[in-house]
Amino acid sequence: MLDLKKIREEYISKLNSKLNLLQVNQLKADLLGKNGLISNQFKKIGSIKGSERKKYSSELNNIKDELLDLINSKINEIEISDINEKLQKEKVDITLPERPFLRGKIHPVSQTIDEISSIFSEIGFSVEEGPDVENEYNNFTALNTPEHHPARDMHDTFYLDEKKQKLLRTHTSPVQIRTMLRDKPPFKIIAPGRTYRSDSDQTHAPMFHQVEGLYIDKDINMGHLKGCLNYFIKEFFEVNKIKMRFRPSHFPFTEPSAEVDIGYKIKDGKIIIGEGDKWLEILGCGMVHPNVLKNVKVDPEKFQGYAFGIGIDRLAMLKYGINDLRAFFECDYRWLNHFGFDPLDVPTNYRGLSR
Amino acid sequence: MKITFNWLKDHLKTNLKEKNLLDQLTNIGLEVENVESASTDNEFFKVAKIIKTEKHPNADRLQVCDVDVGEKEIKKVVCGALNAKKGLLTIYAPPGAIIPKTKAKLVIAKIRDVVSYGMLCSESELNLSDESNGIIELSKSKYENSVGKSYFKKSSTNYIDLSITPNRPDCLGVRGIARDLVASGFGKLKNIKEKKIKSKIKQTLSVKINKEKGQACSVFGSCLITNVKNTESPKWLKDKLISVGQKPISAIVDITNYVMLDINRPLHAYDADKIEKGIVVRNSRFGEEFTALDNKNYKLENGMCVISDNKGVLGLGGIIGGTRSSTEIDTKNILLESAYFEPSSIRKTSKKLNLDTDAKFRFERGIDPLSIEDGLNKAALLIAEICGGEISKIDIQKIENFKTKKIKFDTNLFQKVSGLKISNKKMFKILDNLGFKFKKEKKYLELTVPSWRPDISKPIDIVEELARINGYDQIKLIEPRKERYKPTLNKLQKLFHFLQRSVATKGYFEVITWSFTDPNYNNFFRENKKEIKIVNPLSSEIGVLRNSIFSNLIYYIRKNLNRDIKDVSLFEIGPIFSGSNPGEQETVLGGLRSGKIARTSWIENERKVDIFDVKKDIIQTLIEAGYEKSKIYIDDITPNYYHPGKSGRIFLNKEKDKIAGYFGEIHPNIIKKIDIKTEALVGFEIFVDNLKKPQKLLKDRKSVYQVSDFQKSERDFAFIIDKNFKSQRLIEIISSVNPNLINNINIFDVYQGDNVPSDKKSIAINVSIQSLDKPLKDQDLEKVNKLIIDTVEKQTGAKIRS
Repeated sequence: MLDLKKIREEYISKLNSKLNLLQVNQLKADLLGKNGLISNQFKKIGSIKGSERKKYSSELNNIKDELLDLINSKINEIEISDINEKLQKEKVDITLPERPFLRGKIHPVSQTIDEISSIFSEIGFSVEEGPDVENEYNNFTALNTPEHHPARDMHDTFYLDEKKQKLLRTHTSPVQIRTMLRDKPPFKIIAPGRTYRSDSDQTHAPMFHQVEGLYIDKDINMGHLKGCLNYFIKEFFEVNKIKMRFRPSHFPFTEPSAEVDIGYKIKDGKIIIGEGDKWLEILGCGMVHPNVLKNVKVDPEKFQGYAFGIGIDRLAMLKYGINDLRAFFECDYRWLNHFGFDPLDVPTNYRGLSR
Repeated sequence: MKITFNWLKDHLKTNLKEKNLLDQLTNIGLEVENVESASTDNEFFKVAKIIKTEKHPNADRLQVCDVDVGEKEIKKVVCGALNAKKGLLTIYAPPGAIIPKTKAKLVIAKIRDVVSYGMLCSESELNLSDESNGIIELSKSKYENSVGKSYFKKSSTNYIDLSITPNRPDCLGVRGIARDLVASGFGKLKNIKEKKIKSKIKQTLSVKINKEKGQACSVFGSCLITNVKNTESPKWLKDKLISVGQKPISAIVDITNYVMLDINRPLHAYDADKIEKGIVVRNSRFGEEFTALDNKNYKLENGMCVISDNKGVLGLGGIIGGTRSSTEIDTKNILLESAYFEPSSIRKTSKKLNLDTDAKFRFERGIDPLSIEDGLNKAALLIAEICGGEISKIDIQKIENFKTKKIKFDTNLFQKVSGLKISNKKMFKILDNLGFKFKKEKKYLELTVPSWRPDISKPIDIVEELARINGYDQIKLIEPRKERYKPTLNKLQKLFHFLQRSVATKGYFEVITWSFTDPNYNNFFRENKKEIKIVNPLSSEIGVLRNSIFSNLIYYIRKNLNRDIKDVSLFEIGPIFSGSNPGEQETVLGGLRSGKIARTSWIENERKVDIFDVKKDIIQTLIEAGYEKSKIYIDDITPNYYHPGKSGRIFLNKEKDKIAGYFGEIHPNIIKKIDIKTEALVGFEIFVDNLKKPQKLLKDRKSVYQVSDFQKSERDFAFIIDKNFKSQRLIEIISSVNPNLINNINIFDVYQGDNVPSDKKSIAINVSIQSLDKPLKDQDLEKVNKLIIDTVEKQTGAKIRS
């Protein structure tokens, strides 16, 4: 018994000193190895008699457990400290740059088209498209703009043949014609796309983008037109209030026709939409002219509705503070990086147009 | 169309302010484009007196004048006018003034080393007349005491520039604008009692309109005014014209201009003595010539409406007069013309001759055919009043009578279209004020359209008039309906948007370039496609429609590289064209990458971009878009703008039905010719319209979920194989050995060089073998192994490397 206590005290004291893993394992072997001090004591159990035996055995087991626990915890402690020491040595300068990555960008016009589509999608419009090269009929005549009509002067047209029969569409309105000729009413479409006019200065580019809108059903009136555009402008500029003015105008393919202005002000050099007493023209619209409906074999006695055309580039400029229209098409990497959008920023209804 | 409030008040009685006027004009569709105060600019111009002149030291024709402008300091002004002399009273413009004629702003300038503070003005420079010979000489008696005072009276009225839409010729006259305003409740129309010519003298010059096919002139009214003395216009008339930016010329010209601006009735005054034996209005004959008032000679084609006499063409009816019969300051006898010309004919002729005049602008929009006599009365009486002379009776030649238009208008249509209800009383009042006559029938109104409204012919036009005058702001907006007839996007559109964003996620910047391009660039990428020329391009550098997506992309890659941006990746998705008919176009996504990957990185090895970068981009994009990788098939037949050895053609399946895309290095010759300075230039094209649209929705495209938890084994093989053997085929062969067990094949090394014959290469492949339904035993694996080696050796002539 004396032996046991002595061993216990001696080894507890040893294990409590500063040791490395090797030393702890040596102590473990000294105690619990084949000829270890504790192991040897177990061998003695058989020679002890009677009641002493049980007591001794129990005592021995307790001491063994106690020492083993101590050894294990010591090992654990050393291992943790070793790892920590090792990791400490592995420390790197985490402020060094990450591996290089490339980030792409979506052009602001594409982003704006997606925004517009998303807004009109919410109120049931679907997207139609048409060719960039049009015939004279779809671009003008079918739209109630016959040859020798002065309204044609408002469109400086690029022609592809001397007879002026083939041209680059000057607006997206021919998509109305194509859609109505192909399908049956009701029609509820928008048609974004490239448009062309032979005009080039700070505020005009020979190519630009428009979105056409068309809603034809049995009872669509100017109140619906106003409501639709009011909704669109509010959603697009992501504001709660909008000042909108419908002003009579003239387009051969709509009657009555209107141009729509929105109120704005300039604050700290930036344009603020929806406030102020300045007006900015942003789109043209009206009730589709009965002649146009007749041209596409839709009965104007039964069907009526509205159409509108909006300059997409202009909207993008207003929303995102872009000053120069021509920069849209100059592909300057720095400009694209600045005004472009992350490809994951897909405008959607459920999470809103933008972050 | 420029007007002033004062001029409007000739026709309009109102107490409202100019601010209200501007708003109301815009509200009824006569958009105010610009309001300019005439006064601010003009206050600069001062009455001045030349104190002294001396010859310019460095220029024979110039003088240096000391000018008293009413200030302490005497100004030194360099002047080129011969009439500048001591004591002359003239008009001085200081630095800062804007010269009305040239719109140039004066600055203090050195003229041949002598500093000139401002300028002494000629009448022409101030738009007072055409007199440009010398500076203005003001009358001593009148201006002697005005030195230093502003020459122009401070004008209290602004000029208002209106944008009149092409359907409203009536509003190209002040009276028409006033009428619209009155209809909308802005003031009252003044009832002007038009004086009529009371004459017993016959119009002795014969006028005849030829009745021929396509005769554009249906009415020709005229009167003779004899023994006039053409002169400078009186001040009221000059001021009126100047107030709307017109330049006074002489009384006769000014009066015709005034009548035109006031009631939109263009007139033409001939020197009657220069007309040989009367006037014939007829169609021109091919080759006829005349010199117009713009001093240009015009060669006419067949069928243009000309006013002629015995000697030939005098002028183009409704467009421009000729110099041969023009009035001058010493003209004695005048023939005044007031006619009606067919709008489309005016337009055709002026387009052909590329002629644009004020008269043409008005006639092509449609002049009131019933204003012929009004115009003659008004102008002739004014001429007689100012220039004296005797007026003849009015002579009217006509080959067609004007027919008034009648419209049956169902008043319910207004509410049906506008969504707004207004009372009949209000409706009648608006129509009455606009000049409509109406008769109430049981179910409709029978409306007679005023002769000055060529734009109105249908009930819908009446709806617009009512809506416009009543105010668009009265129409209440209706919340949008959400009902939908079709999905927002069709499959092709969805694919377009998916590809666009998918490519952008790979580090490309999206660009939008013009659909036209430089023919030289286009030719590099055109192959055998037809060049599509624009007949009237803005410049020859953008003179053709693009046949390829690359021409503009490469142009802008180069531009960016020249900006010293080294590693540029751009893409565009848009149309390319194969012909000049509608629909001869397809949508292509093209991407270009230049320069290096990981340039100047501390951690990664920098390297040039290569074709396997763009191959990754295009393949990954196609896979993301839903096309199966295992089916994609690649060969090496590519267009000539790619490097012939480093480019590939992609199909979505082995049957090669339609080309899905290309990738490769841009041909070095092109890079050299375009002079692009970059380490590498690689690119790809996806032919969006060629991609098969998925028939099923995404939800139905997912196949049954099937994975194996049995042990997977991997085996490596190295084959010595013919140098030109395509690895794609090797993978295909291995996969076909046992598609059920072999589920992944990777090439992990390709080697040519030592220990491999020069016509061979070594390809090392890692194959994963796994069964879906049982654990594989060693002998199963060995069997597969052996089969792979045997099959490859047999089918390709390759040898396994030991």
